[in-house]
Amino acid sequence: MKDLDQTADHSAEHSPGQISGQIAGIDVGGTFTDLVFYDATQARVRLAKVPTTLDNQSRGVLDALDAAEVDAAALDLIVHGTTTTTNAVLERRLCRTGLITTMGFRDVLELGRRTRPQAYGMKGQFRPLIPRDLRLEVPERMLASGAVHTALDEVALRQALRALVAQDCESLVIHFLHAYANPAHELRAAEIAREEWPNGNITLGHALLSESREYERGVTAAVNASVQPLLRRYVERLADRLAERGYTRDLLVMTGNGGMVSARIVAEEAAKTVMSGPASGVMAAAYTGRRAGIPDLLTYDMGGTSTDVAMIRGADPAVSHEIEIEYAMPIHVPMVDVRTVGAGGGSLARIDASGLLQVGPDSAGSVPGPICYGKGGTEPTISDANMLLGRMNPARLNTIQGDVTLADIEAAFAQKLGAPLGLSATGAASAVLRIATAKMADAVRMVSISLGEDPRDFALFAFGGAGPLHACDIARELGVPRVLVPARPGITNALGCIVADLRHDYVTTVNRPLAACDMAEVHAQFARQIEEGRAAIARERVKIADLRVTHSVDMQFIGQTHLLRVALPGPAPTREDLAELFEQAYFRRFQVALPEIRPALVNVNTSVIGRRPEVDLSALIDAAGRRPTLAEARTGSRAVFFDDWHDTPVYWRDHLPASATLAGPAIVEQMDCTLVLSPGDTATQDADGNLIVTVRAL
Amino acid sequence: MTLDPITLTVIQSGLQQVCDEMDLTFSRAAFSPVIAEANDRSDGIYSAEDGSLIAQGSQGLPVFVGVMQYSTGKIIEMIAAGTVTAPEPGDIYIVNDPYLGGTHLMDVRFAMPVWRNGRIFCWLSNTGHWPDTGGAVPGGFSASATSVEQEGLRLPPVRLFKKGVMDPEIYAIICSNIRVAEQRIGDVKAQAAALYVGEARLTRLLDRYGDALVQEAIAELRSRAAQQMRARIAEIAPGTYRSVAYIDSDGVVNAPLEIRLAITASGDRLSFDFSGSSAPCAGPMNSVLATTLSSVYLAMRHIFPDVPISAGAFEPLEIQRPEGTFLDAQYPRPVSGCAAEVSQRVAEAVFAALVGPLPQRVTASPAGSSGNFALGGEVPEEGRSFVMYQISGGGYGGYAGGDGISNGCSTIGISKAPPVEIMEQQFPVLYHRYALREGSGGAGQHRGGFGLDYEVELLKGNARASFVMDHGRTGPQGALGGGDGAVNEVRVTRGGVTTTPEHLSKAQDIPLVAGDRVRVRTPGGGGYGDPALRDPALVAEDVRLGRYSAEAAERLFRPAPSPQDA
Repeated sequence: MKDLDQTADHSAEHSPGQISGQIAGIDVGGTFTDLVFYDATQARVRLAKVPTTLDNQSRGVLDALDAAEVDAAALDLIVHGTTTTTNAVLERRLCRTGLITTMGFRDVLELGRRTRPQAYGMKGQFRPLIPRDLRLEVPERMLASGAVHTALDEVALRQALRALVAQDCESLVIHFLHAYANPAHELRAAEIAREEWPNGNITLGHALLSESREYERGVTAAVNASVQPLLRRYVERLADRLAERGYTRDLLVMTGNGGMVSARIVAEEAAKTVMSGPASGVMAAAYTGRRAGIPDLLTYDMGGTSTDVAMIRGADPAVSHEIEIEYAMPIHVPMVDVRTVGAGGGSLARIDASGLLQVGPDSAGSVPGPICYGKGGTEPTISDANMLLGRMNPARLNTIQGDVTLADIEAAFAQKLGAPLGLSATGAASAVLRIATAKMADAVRMVSISLGEDPRDFALFAFGGAGPLHACDIARELGVPRVLVPARPGITNALGCIVADLRHDYVTTVNRPLAACDMAEVHAQFARQIEEGRAAIARERVKIADLRVTHSVDMQFIGQTHLLRVALPGPAPTREDLAELFEQAYFRRFQVALPEIRPALVNVNTSVIGRRPEVDLSALIDAAGRRPTLAEARTGSRAVFFDDWHDTPVYWRDHLPASATLAGPAIVEQMDCTLVLSPGDTATQDADGNLIVTVRAL
Repeated sequence: MTLDPITLTVIQSGLQQVCDEMDLTFSRAAFSPVIAEANDRSDGIYSAEDGSLIAQGSQGLPVFVGVMQYSTGKIIEMIAAGTVTAPEPGDIYIVNDPYLGGTHLMDVRFAMPVWRNGRIFCWLSNTGHWPDTGGAVPGGFSASATSVEQEGLRLPPVRLFKKGVMDPEIYAIICSNIRVAEQRIGDVKAQAAALYVGEARLTRLLDRYGDALVQEAIAELRSRAAQQMRARIAEIAPGTYRSVAYIDSDGVVNAPLEIRLAITASGDRLSFDFSGSSAPCAGPMNSVLATTLSSVYLAMRHIFPDVPISAGAFEPLEIQRPEGTFLDAQYPRPVSGCAAEVSQRVAEAVFAALVGPLPQRVTASPAGSSGNFALGGEVPEEGRSFVMYQISGGGYGGYAGGDGISNGCSTIGISKAPPVEIMEQQFPVLYHRYALREGSGGAGQHRGGFGLDYEVELLKGNARASFVMDHGRTGPQGALGGGDGAVNEVRVTRGGVTTTPEHLSKAQDIPLVAGDRVRVRTPGGGGYGDPALRDPALVAEDVRLGRYSAEAAERLFRPAPSPQDA
């Protein structure tokens, strides 16, 4: 218990309560760079959305500051979400990286786990992160117990290092078998490498995760090494540019676990920034839900090219450390468990070989995109159906460029879908949405079930450009009673930068039958993890309201391979506590009790979370802009197709009166997204400006 | 409600969702890693009349494509004949008899009727691979069994669950006949839970759209799936396409078995004739009819992955019963090799026959073996015994779009290999090598993928090594001028002396002591197209990366001398 007491002392060093001063959260997405500026002293918010500058993201970041008229020199904090590492991995624009590994095992990164990309069709391609000629072996070997079987051959190691340097490698991975059990050889090799290697880009296999499974650990380390120099250069350049504008405080960078770390050290664990964008959005959802009194959420983030789903229980997003970001690309560091379930608004509708209408999984992508983008798309998509049915404002046609008309879209639906199905263009568009809704609801359901929960126990949190267009229909299909539409659905990821916590997660493998565990050693592991986390947060010099430490263990029954995470009340559980908590958790999850079988303790985990001061979300919509009555917030009406055409009122979100209640059919528009309420749906607005929709049951 | 095409699509997704949720529930709740992690299981919906397949989960193991329709059909037949007790609501049958529409004994099926208004609307069924069902060797993969009784406990269809409650007496009989019985309860509960989840989801679908409309949709979907498969088959120019595939031996008699296949395309029908294939064999490399049929479906699904799995899709495939051959084994022929090995060779025969007429769709032959190496032993000083399996992949065939995948899973599986670190944690072994098998990919314009090369040492105690592998005598077939992939190689080093098993890829109970080693090199994939047409830059890259020696590359990929030179 001593550690928890110290934790409390630690938090007292910080002044709790409101944020003082000004913060900017800036998230770089695929198309837009979003900014949320928050001035805590006046509870004032400014927003900006500018095009992302893919060649050098920092330019877009500065553009966003300009667009919001933010004086960088006056800022207390900038929190930044970047896709630099994500894009580099997915597009394989990586630094030249070398690997030194155990004799006999250099092909682990190429052999993978004996898989293929799809269950059917024996085809596909896989390119290892590090090519075979840059993967070298040295004599050394640990046993699974951590005992040394073959000593590290230091002469061979130096030769390998020099060979990789001669091959112009910029970054290095040292990855030895069973280093999670005993890292001595990796540590010694790192000492030698620091003498030979021309820079600091050295990643040790056990450093990011101290967990068995050589492929996953190796890929994680290889990802880290091959993006590390890129991220280092990027944040240094951005910090320099910001410094030119007078910003000299710490720059924080979002990570995939929904936390953030200082730009000064973020490159050390660069792999942790991969997939940080989606995580950031889920953190904002959790924060918004907690303040709204709706802590159990399924997030539904639908954009133009993808749809992501995540689960939040008790305002805590589900986290996984077994995420595969694409085929055979596992990054085993703790990340918010965001699942991509569909292709978004660009999903193509077509008639298949059996004459049935199908929606997705193929997508029009962002180029050419849906017909309504005006970028040359000719195939009907979900977005086009929304446009044709009046759900989206026709003024949003040709968002990027072009001269497409509604008649063009109508003709495409009539010709490509309506004619073969014997339907009008309207009928075809309505059919596309009906099928899309059914499929998306099924996909959300599968995510929910795979995490052991019934979706009906959650509210749907709708964000992304297209989330609010579909959320109420999907909720209805799922039997989910409520939908939460935040004040600013289109900038949720940037909001995540403002509200997310400082967070460090630690996983240490024990992997013993529970009965054979040395509990004192388990307690010592927790203590070491707490120590490490507190030190990491202290290094970041960021104001926090309090420090929270949570512990969990991963357990399984002996003979099983899948793990179950069990939350612990503190860092000093007894053996009996663990047995009992595991049994309870297992039954809750699987509805099966297995008293005959003995449990094993696999990992001990600690999260050290520095909670940031509270942000007043009600400032996201300027109170001064609100109109006194609903009638005054109404911008007009248009015909919208539900089961039939309805003359439907259209409202401007920012003008809704503080205590608005809306009854469907209704459309609520705002800068970058549209909420559709069907007949029978009702929405009320809460103090933070969220719309809480009660969905008409099916 | 009437059946418009949109409702049809929605019901199609709804039925698929029922199956996918059953798959998910089964894996999530299952105890055995082979089900929970390797997904060696499958779930589906079957017709009340004859058990024909209505829909099957998309996450099921490929080997089970279409297979449960035969066991479900048998149960329905036997109920009608009065040889099996008729069901009441809540009853679940258990069956693993290979000769009643099965695979090997370890694939245990559950089947449950879904009741509507006192009548059976349809059946739900699932299969899970149990880690053990008794028999001569742990795990059931005997390389040298000569009758099914040596392979394990054989269950006819009996109601394990009666009115929703498990019959403890039947369960006690099962438990007394299998190894590690105390863990099986976790799988039994999961397997039943999946069916109950399926029932609940299907009931909701039926309540929403009405039984009659769903029934109508099922019939319509069946005919449309047939239409879709016919449209695909029409891509194949009319004619007869022949192939031969070989199994090294049956494990008992050291002589190859032949699969002779003639596929005749005539417009929108495809007929499969296996006559001339080898006679039933003494060892366990026989296949039961259901497995043979499923292997053809599985191969066609690999070729046309966009056609949904249903009885309708199988309609245009006319498979003549291979009576009198080892592909239609009768009691008491041993069959433990059918699902893991013979099935893959049947698929290879289909690929090899159709790659000619469908060069853009079909690949050269993949490694096509599960590469099962079992090591059972004890460490007396620690008082423990163990059974370890190393199931390995190999190279896939090259294809029109590129080179074959290296170290891919078996044709019939989708599971991941266990990490070396986990193997060494659990068993007293040390891997000296886990590497890409250089030079193993068959040469071709698009070369085959590479196999695996591993070597493992027993560190403590003593053990017996068994192998059920294949392609030791002939490599996976190249296509359209491509070369064959490298053959499977097994080397056992005992007391410093290295030997190869007599049956090359199959052996039973080779005794090992601490310090002895086993080295396995798995097959590479077949090459696709004339090797001389391979882009020289790609040949050079493979040499630079050490995948082929310079000498081998020169020999394999050198352009053939032109007629003038000769």
